[in-house]
Amino acid sequence: MKYYDEYRDKELCQALIAKISSLTEESFTFMEVCGTHTISIFRSGIKDLLPENIHLISGPGCPVCVTPISDIDRIIALSRMDNTIIVTFGDMINVPGSTSSLKREKAIGADIRIIYSPSQALDIALEFPGKKVILVGIGFETTVPLLASVVLEAKEKNINNFYLLSLGKLMPPIIKALLGSHEARIDGMLCPGHVSAIIGSKPYQFIPDSYGIACVIAGFEPVDILIAIYHLIMQNINKDPRVENKYKRAVREEGNPTALNLINQVFIPRESEWRGMGRVKDSGLALRSEFSGWDARNFSVVAEITKENEQCLCGEVLRGVITPLQCPLFRKVCTPGNPIGACMVSGEGVCAAYYKYSSVKG
Amino acid sequence: MCLAIPGKIIKKIDNEQAEVLLGKVKKLIRVSLLPEVKDGDYVLVHAGYAITKVDFQQANEIEQAWEELES
Amino acid sequence: MTDQIITLDYGSGGKLTNQLIRSLFLKYFNNSILNQLHDGAILPQTKKRIAFSTDSYTVSPLFFNGGNIGDLAIHGTVNDLAMCGAIPKYFSVSFLIEEGVTLQTLEQITCSMAEASRRTGVEIVTGDTKVVNKGDIDGIFINTTGIGFIDNDVHIHPGSAQVNDVIIVNGPIGNHGISILASRENLQLEENVISDTAPLAELVQEMLSVTKEIHVLRDPTRGGLATALNEIAQSSQVEIEVLEEKIPIDTMVRDTCKILGYDPLYLANEGKLIAFLPEQFAEKALRRMRGNKLGEQATIIGRVIASGRAEVFLKTDIGGKRLLGMLSGEQLPRIC
Repeated sequence: MKYYDEYRDKELCQALIAKISSLTEESFTFMEVCGTHTISIFRSGIKDLLPENIHLISGPGCPVCVTPISDIDRIIALSRMDNTIIVTFGDMINVPGSTSSLKREKAIGADIRIIYSPSQALDIALEFPGKKVILVGIGFETTVPLLASVVLEAKEKNINNFYLLSLGKLMPPIIKALLGSHEARIDGMLCPGHVSAIIGSKPYQFIPDSYGIACVIAGFEPVDILIAIYHLIMQNINKDPRVENKYKRAVREEGNPTALNLINQVFIPRESEWRGMGRVKDSGLALRSEFSGWDARNFSVVAEITKENEQCLCGEVLRGVITPLQCPLFRKVCTPGNPIGACMVSGEGVCAAYYKYSSVKG
Repeated sequence: MCLAIPGKIIKKIDNEQAEVLLGKVKKLIRVSLLPEVKDGDYVLVHAGYAITKVDFQQANEIEQAWEELES
Repeated sequence: MTDQIITLDYGSGGKLTNQLIRSLFLKYFNNSILNQLHDGAILPQTKKRIAFSTDSYTVSPLFFNGGNIGDLAIHGTVNDLAMCGAIPKYFSVSFLIEEGVTLQTLEQITCSMAEASRRTGVEIVTGDTKVVNKGDIDGIFINTTGIGFIDNDVHIHPGSAQVNDVIIVNGPIGNHGISILASRENLQLEENVISDTAPLAELVQEMLSVTKEIHVLRDPTRGGLATALNEIAQSSQVEIEVLEEKIPIDTMVRDTCKILGYDPLYLANEGKLIAFLPEQFAEKALRRMRGNKLGEQATIIGRVIASGRAEVFLKTDIGGKRLLGMLSGEQLPRIC
């Protein structure tokens, strides 16, 4: 695939690895915030190629992993309403709520449909005028403008049996909360490439300015990730933390203004709960009042009382405080077949990646 | 966080929709987040929407990477 | 006869059931054993060992690019028998039909089953048909059970993989999985991805003519190549290393997987096999396979590197190494 394979070039990757290994003996820990980075790092074998002194830990960057159990229970309660179709990305199907999951509800009769694009939710709403069609609106700033454009289209075309459950999350506030807690030692941030395509590079400036931590915006192919790691090391060696954009082909400093306007037109930031990290100010998105007719939060449903498995340390894993290997449930009780926490369920989850891609010795 | 892959706009229909070629796969996508896009442009497609223009030449990241390795 | 709807009466065992059997199944499956319409098929004796396999087919949609549920049902069980090194001989077929399906659809499927069995030298010697209420099933489900004969000097078993065995695949993977997906999700693909559904019995016999020392054969259907490799690693308690850059994948399949976030190593195949055999026979086996239409792109993708621990490793295209696990759940379109 043109404009794709060059970023997987073996010779360039080997040269970058050699350069990275020659730069320093000092050990550094970098956090990749984005779940897609986590998977790409594991799948390409970069974790196996990096020298011992460079450690990569995963952050709260997978929209499924960070969705709290209470929100899953709410979606399940909505799916039990009559005349209702739940429309969702495939990522949400397996996530365990307190006692059930969308996959289980689907198996016992709930009408739950998996889509590739949020615009399909409107097609379904038009096809079934008698049904309440609820789109599960998860995602960070990459996906949120898509949800905004779907809500706008619903309003313009008077599709009044379509509803959005807004579970969108914002990246800068959660990074601020994470760094503020000073729990995990982080020498550098691998910033999410596609969120940055929307929000640009400026919103990360507080990371070097307030915390002195190196920042590089990275693409998702092996060459992109290795280039970013190389520059994170250089920033540390030169004691010169700043925000570097190493995904220039897709990210501009100002991001995507149209998308940012759409987000502000439809949503308003609000406090939101993150799995394992509690409530974080202005880190979620609510529909503005003029869209209340399409807001699935207006359905008064009684979700069951949230029951969390205390032993589940997804929170600590998401905050980069521990790796999955230090979680007591990992690989013993908590497996892809029997996921306890969302980090094991989601294909992008860090525990799922550790389980799938690194052998027993970790 | 977000799977997105590069595709080439082969036929812009209107400010809402366009036909794109993702490798060898032809797909109808939404361009409401990039209304200014035109035929021949490369875009990143995420969940059926173009989210940003992709500029390979201007970025020339691969050449820059090799240059940095020599330095 | 063509636009008639199959109703519950066709399953009653009465006049309409018999009319169905005579006008459709006997017409297309036509052989001396079935034509006796006995309650069971009485088969001739054999001194060879018998391989026996069964599978049910519930593919939806019923018709997809490159095939339909009918030829899939024959090829699938032919391949299971071929993986035992057997020559498929006698099959049973049982249909479960949802009321409302048209006779024309059933005829089309029956015709392609007859065609597929003729091409593989299989005779459908016994069968059954039931019609069920609307909504109980999705159109048509088919079970096929097959008997095949194994020559005495052939010993193929999932537990027989040995250190230094090379692993050969007979062609590109993931095509069936994507062709079903493309039909179900109506993805407009510039070039249609055709299902690879095909009978592998003849290809296996050609491989056996090169060497009887084929240790393992497996057709990687559901769960894909990665799951099949893990099953063999478990049965043989061996460590397997596979080279990502050697695994043949059609560009269309690779591109579609990237869009939907799927991994082609876990997509279903319906005309592929993986073979474990000693290195010294590899080149001759490859040459012979490449002479067969179903083996034109046969290639070595890896080897057994150690015994004692059941693990499958992938040497990635950038030179890294990582575990290649089993499929842990249905693959779904994802955004992240």
